[in-house]
Amino acid sequence: MVESTAETAIACRSLTKSYRSKTTITPALRGVDVTISKGELFMLVGPSGCGKTTLISVIAGILQHDTGECTIFGKNLQTMSDTERTTYRGKNIGFVFQSYNLIPALTTTENVAIPLLLNGVARSEASARAAKMLAQVGIGDKLNTLPTELSGGQQQRVAIARALVHNPQLIVCDEPTSALDHATGAEIMELFRQEALREQRTLVIVTHDSRIFHYADRIGVMDDGLVTKIVSSPSELS
Amino acid sequence: MYTVALKMLLGNRGKFYAMVFGVALTALIITQQTSIFLGLMSRTVGFIYDTTQPDLWVMDPKVQFVDDTKPLQDTKLLQVRGVEGVEWAVPLYKGSIRARLPNGTFQTCNVIGLDDATLIAGPPVMLEGTLADLRRADGVIVDEAGATGKLAKPGLTPDSPKIPLRVGDILELNDNRAVVVGIARVTRTFQSQPVVYTTYSRAMRFSPRERKLLSFILAKVRPGYSHTDVARQIKQQSSLAAFTAQQFRGITIRYFMKNTGIPINFGIAIGLGFLVGVAIVGQTFFSFIIDSMRYLGILKAMGASNKLLFQMILLQTFLVGAIGSGIGMGIGCLTSVIAKNSELAFYLPWQIPVITVLTTSMITLITAMASLRKVLRLEPGIVFRG
Repeated sequence: MVESTAETAIACRSLTKSYRSKTTITPALRGVDVTISKGELFMLVGPSGCGKTTLISVIAGILQHDTGECTIFGKNLQTMSDTERTTYRGKNIGFVFQSYNLIPALTTTENVAIPLLLNGVARSEASARAAKMLAQVGIGDKLNTLPTELSGGQQQRVAIARALVHNPQLIVCDEPTSALDHATGAEIMELFRQEALREQRTLVIVTHDSRIFHYADRIGVMDDGLVTKIVSSPSELS
Repeated sequence: MYTVALKMLLGNRGKFYAMVFGVALTALIITQQTSIFLGLMSRTVGFIYDTTQPDLWVMDPKVQFVDDTKPLQDTKLLQVRGVEGVEWAVPLYKGSIRARLPNGTFQTCNVIGLDDATLIAGPPVMLEGTLADLRRADGVIVDEAGATGKLAKPGLTPDSPKIPLRVGDILELNDNRAVVVGIARVTRTFQSQPVVYTTYSRAMRFSPRERKLLSFILAKVRPGYSHTDVARQIKQQSSLAAFTAQQFRGITIRYFMKNTGIPINFGIAIGLGFLVGVAIVGQTFFSFIIDSMRYLGILKAMGASNKLLFQMILLQTFLVGAIGSGIGMGIGCLTSVIAKNSELAFYLPWQIPVITVLTTSMITLITAMASLRKVLRLEPGIVFRG
């Protein structure tokens, strides 16, 4: 049984996951142990193919693990039905992706309103809350702009607004700054610290970008499907 | 979320237009080919439709369709008149006679010879003159299409348009003088030949001499008698076949269906239209879904259920189907209006749009179902792939 306290956001114990094809089995997680607290900005770093994306996919409830246990705010998503897991994800988890993944046919407001619509909020209210959130992340003047008309940094701000608008407890980010220049990447991380960590939210960021390591409260180093080290400062990584 | 689905669809304009085009093309092919097929079939029985007064058509039992006349002995008319339940019976001549045109060429005409006394089975609509004018010497009534088309006189110069036949014009039918005394509108026939109405006795004079010339006997059933019973009595007493107009239309249509390549040819065209629709719409929509996979994955990761995603896809296919069917059927209906009273056989009853809508709905539903598999198998993990 995973030990977790009231302050524990994520607790994973002996987590394993393998990808199976017809002829091969490729282990991605080989017994991951990690605990992340509420209000923490936790970064997962490590070489390509070490299992970072698999781990956040399991944490976010979009991938089923093989063995071990993983609880999110005390809930074991593995034991939920697909529908329950989808609903839980929609209410409690926000996503930010490397390539922003905004729907190109929708305006920024419409993109940001999607999580609210999925949670049954009326369209007019969803639009109003999306507009407010866009203003909060600094692009209140781009409410009716299409994603293709925005810079990379602006698109990532829209993506952050979309991840925050329904007030989730956990935000999962996959390489949020790797497509951005240094200054914009720094702005985005500042935004994360200011906006995303409010209200004891938990942030899990997968990144290769060493320029942003210092924004983390703790850094989990992954290698070959295991979290090999957890440090509090980038200087401890070497 | 349905607005999101529609915006996603309309945002990909190239694919949206391709899908609408595919459905519209299918709807148009199905509407047009089916309407032309029905138009042709209805033309085969056009003459029966126009002949409304008699209850029974009496003929040689070997007759296979309305244009397949097998002449009867004149005495058969008297036999039929003697059958109990027959109120009246009149002779009808139906045959082909060559008309010599002013430029020396010949045109085969469909000549209808009506009972001299009653003129029963005359043309349904008279445009010029009256049916009674047939009693004038050498009088004939010509159908509108024939008068303005194949029987029209050449213009004054080779380049000038033809001059339609008018009342008073002279025709030469099988070396016999005939005077146009009326112009009528009749239902076009399968052969599209000019139709010339005259009296039975004059038709006997116009037609090449044969031992027997009576094509049909048209009979009216006395009130209180069953058509079926009287037809049976006629068959028993005269050894002839007797059918109601509806039965005779059925026999004629079945003959054309069975003995011509028309149903197969139109069936192939309609089948190809369906396949083209499935291919274009299916492939384009599938490609649209593949393009949308990443965004569907994001929606799934953010909490959209499979049911919601499928409803969104259904809505998208429904919109494509509705717009495409509307355009295709619209063009089909427009053709129907333009083709009215023209050479093009086009008959568009209400059942055809219903069939078209059902067919295009089937295509879009097949397309949606094919995409559903893809969506159900969609792993939201796709969103973390670059």
